[in-house]
Amino acid sequence: MPDSLWGGVWYDIITYWPLFLEGIKNTLLISLTGTVIGFTLSLVIAPMRLLKSTSRDSLLLKIVKKIVRILSTIYVEVLRGTPMIVQAMIIYYTIGRIHPALSWSSPIQCGIFVVSINTAAYISEILRGSIQAIDPGQTEAARSIGMTSTQTMIYVVLPQAIKNSIPAIGNEFVINIKDTSVLMVIAVTELFFSARSVAGIHYRTEEAYIVAAIAYLFMTFTATRVLYWLGKKLDPPVAKAKTKKKLKKLVRRV
Amino acid sequence: MSVVKIDNLHKSFGDLEVLKGIDLEVKKGEVICLIGASGSGKSTLLRCLNLLEEPDAGVVNFEGNILTEPGVNLNKLRTKMGMVFQSFNLFNNMNVLKNCSVGQMKVLKRSKAEAEKIAEKILIEVGLGDFIFSPARVLSGGQKQRVAIARALAMNPDIMLFDEPTSSLDPEMVGEVLDVMKKLANQGMTMIVVTHEMSFAKEVADRVVFMDQGVILEIGKPEEIFANPKEERTKEFLNRIL
Repeated sequence: MPDSLWGGVWYDIITYWPLFLEGIKNTLLISLTGTVIGFTLSLVIAPMRLLKSTSRDSLLLKIVKKIVRILSTIYVEVLRGTPMIVQAMIIYYTIGRIHPALSWSSPIQCGIFVVSINTAAYISEILRGSIQAIDPGQTEAARSIGMTSTQTMIYVVLPQAIKNSIPAIGNEFVINIKDTSVLMVIAVTELFFSARSVAGIHYRTEEAYIVAAIAYLFMTFTATRVLYWLGKKLDPPVAKAKTKKKLKKLVRRV
Repeated sequence: MSVVKIDNLHKSFGDLEVLKGIDLEVKKGEVICLIGASGSGKSTLLRCLNLLEEPDAGVVNFEGNILTEPGVNLNKLRTKMGMVFQSFNLFNNMNVLKNCSVGQMKVLKRSKAEAEKIAEKILIEVGLGDFIFSPARVLSGGQKQRVAIARALAMNPDIMLFDEPTSSLDPEMVGEVLDVMKKLANQGMTMIVVTHEMSFAKEVADRVVFMDQGVILEIGKPEEIFANPKEERTKEFLNRIL
């Protein structure tokens, strides 16, 4: 292994690239599935936090709604209020103690679980804000044609709230790419874990972590660009329709 | 036969009492215009009819169903009471056709094909046949409001409630919306219209209701109200607005 720093970096890359690649693969796998599952969960949690009782509800329904509201609040507060690294340790080691059959089949499985429930807590807060920002007139209109509050949420409010949250949700994904590094504590072979392994081979720490940094940056930068492109792609119906209208006007004038 | 009968309706927002005991009966096919200064409770009264606002006391009877009682199937009855809002409130995430068919499909459980057929027919009637696939957001105010009317009509309502339907429109678009409403009135639709369009009230209303500070001060045929108002407050209001 060359003595110079950059020589060492290059040596690590060309010699141990399969190790790094394995790490990159798992980092992407965990952060992507974690974000997708977390997002899906948040679609349920965010409306749960916003459940409102009306004077029409029976006492039982009021109590149920209150319990649901409290449970979802506890969920979000606990997961946001404790570090993911601590959650990973607790969840990885306690599940098996509840019942041996429940133990994780692999650290990655546990890693995806931890990232998912964490992301769900964060994205549900993002969604909650977006839901509250939707014009109440949308809800009133939906209720006035007879939709239930659940139908109103599913067909009218959530689609708009999700669309408005896409940049923030993409941001969660980018954060997840970096934050999966803490899963190293439960021996998930993600990128940080790979870097640590490589560093241990020649006792040359800096080089291995510089490679990791480059790889993280490459992933987050690519993800940001892709998300930006996706966001643009999702938005243009207004612009398109306007151009169509303009075209029509032009045609008429001609 | 009365479609809607309101008895002694009260509604407060905090300390502010907005409705102080309203009685009103609306017969089938009747067009009622609610007029009065802003803050007089017109819109609140209208919103209490389909329980978008829950009244504090009083009875709303709609076709024999007491809406203010706890057990009624409010969602089912709301389909029978179309509502049109001042700010249109079209579903921003849907195109025009979807705006007018989603309620039919999800609430009335009509098939997609049937719902879209009905929606298309009504959209053509309100003059928007060319826009059925446009996203709601790109329409002009007048077009949006006509879509909103079509959306309500697609549910086959027995009564239409209009909450200042032309107040947020540019002047040149008021006419196209009022025309649709006139057509609807001529077809025999029961309508309650909160409005500042006095000419519309004069022309179309069977009865005009003048509200002031949470009570119905005067009620009568448009020619009576506009030509010979009995109450001093009505005179004042009409002098200011006409």
